[in-house]
Amino acid sequence: MADRPLAPALRPFEAVGGRTISVVDSLGRFGTFFVDALVAIVTPPFKLRAFIDRINYIGFRSLLIILLTGAFTGMVLGLQVYLTLVRFGSEAFLGPAVALSLIRELGPVLAALMVTGRAGSALTAEIGIMRITEQIDALTVMALNPMRYLVAPSILAGLVTFPLMTALFDVVGIFGGYLVGVELLGLSPGTYFGEMQTFVDMKDIMTGFWKSVSFGVVVTWVCTYKGFNVGHGAEGVARATTQAVVLSSVLILVWDYFMGSILP
Amino acid sequence: MIKVEGLRKSFGRQAVLRDLDLEVATGSITVIIGRSGGGKSVFLKHLIGLVRPDAGRVLVDGVEITHLTGRALDGIRRRYGVVFQGGALFDSMSCAENVAFPLREKLRIPADEIAKRVDAALAQVGLEGVGAKLPAEISGGMRKRVAIARALVTEPEIVFFDEPTTGLDPVLVNTIHHLILDLHRRFRFTALVVSHEIPEIFEIADTVAMLHEGRIVEVGPPGAIQASANRIVRQFIRGEPDNSEGH
Repeated sequence: MADRPLAPALRPFEAVGGRTISVVDSLGRFGTFFVDALVAIVTPPFKLRAFIDRINYIGFRSLLIILLTGAFTGMVLGLQVYLTLVRFGSEAFLGPAVALSLIRELGPVLAALMVTGRAGSALTAEIGIMRITEQIDALTVMALNPMRYLVAPSILAGLVTFPLMTALFDVVGIFGGYLVGVELLGLSPGTYFGEMQTFVDMKDIMTGFWKSVSFGVVVTWVCTYKGFNVGHGAEGVARATTQAVVLSSVLILVWDYFMGSILP
Repeated sequence: MIKVEGLRKSFGRQAVLRDLDLEVATGSITVIIGRSGGGKSVFLKHLIGLVRPDAGRVLVDGVEITHLTGRALDGIRRRYGVVFQGGALFDSMSCAENVAFPLREKLRIPADEIAKRVDAALAQVGLEGVGAKLPAEISGGMRKRVAIARALVTEPEIVFFDEPTTGLDPVLVNTIHHLILDLHRRFRFTALVVSHEIPEIFEIADTVAMLHEGRIVEVGPPGAIQASANRIVRQFIRGEPDNSEGH
């Protein structure tokens, strides 16, 4: 049957319906992309070289920014928390306050945001350029699954590197807080670290660990998906890169809330 | 033989292929000519299974590939070599690694055997000694030749060339055409070439098919196409301006 123009009164409904179908379709493709990636992850042959390359790309090359932001986050925390605690005469709790804030919340979230900005955007741009220059099509017509070569190693590397980056961020941040609290503001080193051991439990560390693992999967999933489904030309790559960073960052914060509610 | 029957494809409201029929004889060089935006590349993507048609069939030696997926489609693709328009070389790998890639990943043969075959493939396209260079470090013509070496290194039965000479100077255009002809004589693969290069492409073709507005409007040997009375074919071959576009 030929398409007939709708009555003007029905056009808003058509627009809403069209948009809804488009969103559901996108979510479906986003989900099936992840399932395809999981299948590529668990079925041999495993691409060890690509996996090591991705660890270097996502993790090692993000080291400097993680160390820098971790140190200054700890220093800011050390200063602000000290100034708050000193009003109540509780500055002895600076160490645990800094450590718990970093380990449970700020470490996983800020490390994930930093790695997203540095490596996630580059991942989307790299895969996007491979798409528009037909390199992904070349893999496909060689009867080689691009998911196995490009997506599976990235998601696995995200699983491994995000917790490591978070651990580094936490450690450097705690020493940043030490630098401000102990070296600049005169708190005793024994108080800073001693109280930390009393108040920080293994469950706090595991909360941060599970968050960072989930962020690693979310960020690499979003960034590889956006790269794979890039539009046309340089503008398409630029748009996909922006969308990947924005969506990853929003999902990190939303997911952080839900993880914080679920985990002890 | 590749047989295409009633192929139709639309993107949104725009019909790109409209009941396209074509037969490509085994061991021949068939050239698809036609104006830019006429659907040549989309047609090629149907043959290599990158795009699915809205209707119609593509048969490769009697096997319909239009609905194949996964391993069944990969089985057909293992018989293919494809030279993409821009070369599609992996830019993080050297030229030698690019040529070695399908051998290493698909055939699982020893490393020294791979090295020998890569050297031979690069020599066949006249590129001895450039294996260590990255694609960004060589010229456009050399990149096309590396892409041809990569497509042929697994000795495919069917090779697709998507505008292999676009953007090259006339000397390089002839060099690539004669390279295709020379390699075809040596390996006897079935070749399907999408090209704009008139009249140079007639020198290497066994069969020429003119694709216009999603249909094959004329097909035959190069001589017959050059002598065609079809207005669209004559206009394209002679490069006459199209007054219907309203310039």
